[in-house]
Amino acid sequence: MKRLLSVLLCLCLPLAAVAGGGSHYPLMHMRPDFHDKASLQRGAKLYMNYCAGCHSLQYMRYNRMGRDIGIVDAKGKVAKQVIEKNLIFTGAKVFEPLTIAMDGSDAREWFGVTPPDLSLMARVRGVNWLYTYLLSFYQDTSKQFGTNNALFPDVAMPNVLLNLQGAYKPIFKEVTINVGGKPKVIKEIARLKMVSHGQMDSPAFHQAVYDLVNFLSYVGEPMKATRQCIGYWVLGFLIIFIILSYLLKKAYWKDVK
Amino acid sequence: MDDKGDDDSKKVDEKKRRFLTAATTVVGGIGVVGAATPFVASWMPSAKAQAAGAPVKVDLSKLEPGQRITVDWRGKPVWIIRRTQEALSKLDEAKDKLRDPHSKASLQPDYTQNKHRSIKPEYLVLVGLCTHLGCVPTYQPNLGELGPDWKGGFFCPCHGSTFDLAGRVFEGVPAPINLEVPPYRFIDDNTLVVGEHHETEKA
Amino acid sequence: MEKLLGWIDDRFPLSKMFKEHLSEYYAPKNFNFWYFFGSLAILVLVNQLVTGIWLAMFYTPSAAGAFSSVEYIMRDVHYGWVLRYLHSTGASFFFIVIYLHMFRALLYGSYKKPRELLWIFGMCLFVLLMAEAFMGYLLPWGQMSYWGAQVIISLFGAIPKVGPHLVEFLRGDYTVSGATLNRFYALHVIAIPLMMLFMVLIHILALHHVGSNNPDGVEIKKNKGADGKPVDGIPFHPYYTVKDIFGVAVFLFIFCFVVFFKPEMGGYFLEHANFLPANPLSTPAHIAPVWYFTPFYAMLRAVPNKLAGVLIMGAAIVVMFFLPWLDKSPVKSIRYRGYATKVMLALFTISFLILAYLGAESVTPGRTIAARICTLMYFAFFLLMPIYTKLEKTKPEPTRVTS
Repeated sequence: MKRLLSVLLCLCLPLAAVAGGGSHYPLMHMRPDFHDKASLQRGAKLYMNYCAGCHSLQYMRYNRMGRDIGIVDAKGKVAKQVIEKNLIFTGAKVFEPLTIAMDGSDAREWFGVTPPDLSLMARVRGVNWLYTYLLSFYQDTSKQFGTNNALFPDVAMPNVLLNLQGAYKPIFKEVTINVGGKPKVIKEIARLKMVSHGQMDSPAFHQAVYDLVNFLSYVGEPMKATRQCIGYWVLGFLIIFIILSYLLKKAYWKDVK
Repeated sequence: MDDKGDDDSKKVDEKKRRFLTAATTVVGGIGVVGAATPFVASWMPSAKAQAAGAPVKVDLSKLEPGQRITVDWRGKPVWIIRRTQEALSKLDEAKDKLRDPHSKASLQPDYTQNKHRSIKPEYLVLVGLCTHLGCVPTYQPNLGELGPDWKGGFFCPCHGSTFDLAGRVFEGVPAPINLEVPPYRFIDDNTLVVGEHHETEKA
Repeated sequence: MEKLLGWIDDRFPLSKMFKEHLSEYYAPKNFNFWYFFGSLAILVLVNQLVTGIWLAMFYTPSAAGAFSSVEYIMRDVHYGWVLRYLHSTGASFFFIVIYLHMFRALLYGSYKKPRELLWIFGMCLFVLLMAEAFMGYLLPWGQMSYWGAQVIISLFGAIPKVGPHLVEFLRGDYTVSGATLNRFYALHVIAIPLMMLFMVLIHILALHHVGSNNPDGVEIKKNKGADGKPVDGIPFHPYYTVKDIFGVAVFLFIFCFVVFFKPEMGGYFLEHANFLPANPLSTPAHIAPVWYFTPFYAMLRAVPNKLAGVLIMGAAIVVMFFLPWLDKSPVKSIRYRGYATKVMLALFTISFLILAYLGAESVTPGRTIAARICTLMYFAFFLLMPIYTKLEKTKPEPTRVTS
């Protein structure tokens, strides 16, 4: 009961609107494009190489993914061998969902938290958040894995893309906030500055992160392309039906004075 | 609408009304069919069911002549029987007592519509469900097991249908057609996949 | 065909019912835009019933399986996503349609004599709809489902003495759990829909007994022609059936646009945090009910006392039941009322919309003050109604409907 009361109490207290770390780091914007199959394929490849060690996509089946992002043979059938060779590193079968071998309790020991399943993460956080998050890692020797995140401070996840991105350090700015009616000066991260190069230059890395988030956006709602395609037909049909029913209504209401 | 029809001062275009009513009904009907599609389609086996019903690999290296193994394919029992040369040679003997000896009315992939009802004569692959009402027949491979004329085959305990060692149904029993042969293929001499089609020469 | 109809009519009053409720049910001929929402509500109800039945075929009502089964519907079932989005969008549209339907009653005084029971049946339907929506929202078993249910059930804990026990009783556990999910599921798919169908039936029977009101608030039954038919009435069928078909077509266009292009509606129809599975150990940073409950939720939060907040929220709904007796105006329609009613109704509508906005946002001191002012306004509209409707000068109601 006490917990319930505290829940209710929490609701009555002012809450930070920003989910996650409660940071004020500004979000960058990206526009997912699920028709860009090349981007989705690059994103899938990046995911399998850098994310799939810890993060499952338990609601995404390999064969469906292959069909949707264009890994198909000349006949338009899912190219099973290509998927098995390039994307499946776990011995899973092609029609199975993308699970991981890592044990949840092991993960908690290593990282302090269980890495979440990412099937729906794009729908929970939004693509802009994910995009910004992946671009906001910086070096921080006080952390277990030597990296920290400007958008999600003290996140347990290390910067797995460090080799591609290169190392960054934060540039701070001083901001005055109101604490209990008294002004207080704190340091906030204004931006990140590169300190050493990675395998990719900055535009290439931004593109890579874009591809990865684009892929996660697809995974969040794999039926999106179909949904919109059907949607156009439905709306087109309804326009015809609206016109007809309007004419019908007019024909009948002619004699209502 | 008719109660105003006798009133001449009100000119109602009956023809136009009828046409528009028909047109709206037809278009509306198309809409209803369209709207019903997802509801009907949702009853088909889902991706999960399809994944669970995926092809099954079977290792034949330990299967001795005369033995049978049962695997689960799409939740159905599939039998793989390694027939003895003796059993194969007896397949022709009771031909006149069979209802469909050439499997013309029965269900099997084209590449198994032959005397043995199999790709390799030795290995028989059957869906182990009686074609009458879907019970699982028992395997009775031994001579004389079910009467003096019995040359080995299957017996359905539900309604007494009998089949020979190629899964062909005998006359005078309730089952209408031979036991079904599922699609299958050999990856190598000792490995068979149930649920994928055998590639014929032309493919 | 005629023979068959005759055969049936001898055994079942088919033609008689058709005449009574459609072809010889006389409705005022001056219905406007606001009169579409009754039939649209039936359309949405049917949509919810049919898609709901189909979703129940694939859904797993258990704490372990619920969340996954929703994603199973979304991804693995053929067109399962259509069914789910139709149902989730339908829930929100149900409230849009019902709120507009109720607003119509406020505009034209449709709750006034002799339609008091009609209004009360409608209010019962509204309460049932809220219960149905609330219980349905737990079923996806996401974070918002879970914590929404947690908070709303905890409201009953405000009741002195029995509160804490009542909360445990409602949940069937010491926290919201699989037990809660299962009872909510049973109520959501069977009990409440049955009650709603019954209430819809008597709502319509009551309507057809007293006849429809109209934008002029004129009783068309008082003015009958030589043939015994109301001179300002037209048979519901075919006139209003064809008109409603047109209304349905336009409605479906908007509805399908949302279903196929904006199913999340920016997080208002499907909340972002609800794509995370329920986690009893961590509350999302910002929790808000779905938009259709936010006006009442804002009132709850505006009151600094738990019990008083719950009572205010309950009173906001209960007070609507008394509307027919709070309104002392000699006329029904807003067209013939004085300035006081017009101003009060406008203020009421604005307050309701502001409360809806505030209920979805996090709390700040400024917003709390705004919510308090709007809550006061909400109740002032009802509680001062006997005074301002009696005192204000009204225009004379016409004897015939105007076009």
